[in-house]
Amino acid sequence: MKLPEDCRYSKQHEWIRVEGDGGTVGITDHAQKELGDVVFVELPEIGHVFAADEVLANVESVKAVSEVYAPVAGEVVAVNSNLGSSPELVNEDPYGEAWFVRIRLVDSSDLDNLLTADQYRKYVEEEESTG
Amino acid sequence: MKFTRTGRHLNLNEGLIFERSSPGRTGYDLPRLDVPAVDLGAALGADNLREPIPGFPEVSEVDVVRHFTRLASWNYSIDAGMYPLGSCTMKYNPRLNERVAGMKGLAESHPLSPESLVQGSLEVLRLLADCLAEISGMDAVSLQPPAGASGELTGILMIRACLSSRGNPRRIVLIPDSAHGTNPASAVIAGYEVQSLKSDSRGCIDLNGLERAMNDEVAALMLTNPNTLGIFEQDIVSIARIVHDRGGLVYMDGANLNALMGITRPGSFGVDVLHINLHKTFSTPHGGGGPGAGPVAVKQVLEPFLPVPTVERREDRSYFLNWDRPDSIGKVKAFYGNFLTLVRALAYILANGAEGLREASQVAILNANYIKHHLRDVYDLPYDEPILHEVVFSSRRQTRNNLTVMDLAKRLMDYGFHPPTVAFPLIVQGALMIEPSETESRQELDQFIHAMRCIAEEADTDPDLLKQAPHSTRVSRLDEVQAARRPVLRWKPDEADEQDS
Repeated sequence: MKLPEDCRYSKQHEWIRVEGDGGTVGITDHAQKELGDVVFVELPEIGHVFAADEVLANVESVKAVSEVYAPVAGEVVAVNSNLGSSPELVNEDPYGEAWFVRIRLVDSSDLDNLLTADQYRKYVEEEESTG
Repeated sequence: MKFTRTGRHLNLNEGLIFERSSPGRTGYDLPRLDVPAVDLGAALGADNLREPIPGFPEVSEVDVVRHFTRLASWNYSIDAGMYPLGSCTMKYNPRLNERVAGMKGLAESHPLSPESLVQGSLEVLRLLADCLAEISGMDAVSLQPPAGASGELTGILMIRACLSSRGNPRRIVLIPDSAHGTNPASAVIAGYEVQSLKSDSRGCIDLNGLERAMNDEVAALMLTNPNTLGIFEQDIVSIARIVHDRGGLVYMDGANLNALMGITRPGSFGVDVLHINLHKTFSTPHGGGGPGAGPVAVKQVLEPFLPVPTVERREDRSYFLNWDRPDSIGKVKAFYGNFLTLVRALAYILANGAEGLREASQVAILNANYIKHHLRDVYDLPYDEPILHEVVFSSRRQTRNNLTVMDLAKRLMDYGFHPPTVAFPLIVQGALMIEPSETESRQELDQFIHAMRCIAEEADTDPDLLKQAPHSTRVSRLDEVQAARRPVLRWKPDEADEQDS
């Protein structure tokens, strides 16, 4: 399981990489493996403001349609339109080319509710052993 | 006992009908024109003439018949073999249903006929509604919704109407994490927010979790009973009480009603509204071949809100369509639903009778438990609880060799069976959800069990065989990912030429 140290993680399997008062959001390597081949990604509009845990995007794989939640509150300042034509990027490069949105954070203390790479790894391992 | 591999699908190659076309070939022969020809544009108006359709196939009658007969031979249906698609109840559709639906008086009954001329058809509708009310223990039924999901939406709209009439439609619908995907979709379309309830270690609703989630913003709990793991929610009476005590209503997805007929009734365990999939439990045609029917049954509290019209009886015993229902949510389908599908369901109910329906449920439960018993040593059972009409295994033991549950499903086609539902319910990793229904004999079940055991062994000894499966079907493994990512939805002659060259 790939887990970059410079990201924070949510229990709903999103990552956020913070730079200044902004952050880039995507779904984790674990999430893409669970989903299987991704065939469609539906992204929000620029300017949309989300509360933490609100549905931010939808991902459709050969198995299911899943919701992606905003790991923190924020305003969408950019979306990755490449995912429209190349949804396979989500499987190939979940932490890089397959970023979903860039957001401007509303309250940086939201980040305190997220997990570090180590914490997230433990969380996933526990989930798998009970699941 | 001798086990035979039945998986040799008919293998008649067939191209597109466009490719059969030959200039000038027709399927008809008109007599020579014996009146003067007229200019069509002048006679009909130029706007009513169309240009010839480019590439329209020119074929004879036998070309057409062979084309579709060959295509039909690629199909797999319950008439060809076992179809253990969990939660779909793919039971055999008795030919008697077709005979009854083909009766002239029913088949040619017109929806705009005056009531006095279609008393028989109205009686069919009323009788079916009464039978479904009796089987489900509910007070009233609308036969209009043309599918299960349509029944769900109708039910939730009635809940909204009922709560609105009390002053507050409320905001949230609670749905267990093992639910069918249509449940949250229906709730959202009816304007509700969905809140997911985590299942407990038995795969059932967690009473404490429900207590915590239930408040006066919750309009309804939507649950399936038995649930999608085939497990009966034993706390259902307490569950309903928790919801009712805080002013909510209980919606039941009737997808799994095939486990309950004549044994227990949703109306007896606290359900306020449920839909019934006639194409599952009551043996009407299923899926694309439909059309379907998803009647909704309600308790008295929701009766004023049923769709219009309802079929009712006057004092002189004649039937009529009652449109005068001021609190109704309105119409949900043209006319009165898919009439001839409803006729088939009634034929099935009357042919079986009360005892026959109970026996159907009992045998469906027995069959699922027989499969569970004979496969549990090779496939994992993540929720090992007593089951009713379906069993959900996890393929995690078989998929250690870099295999997926899909590889197992594809391999089953080589053994001549339709795969079970896979990867659902979502709370089971690599789920294999098997519902044999009462249709299958012990011999057929033994064949299926044998196939599943062979596949479990192959997963260990020859995983590549599964990775490449199916091998005996007309076409090998289809690229489902590419088909979803870059679907080609139309045949175009110029592009076909390009591909050829």
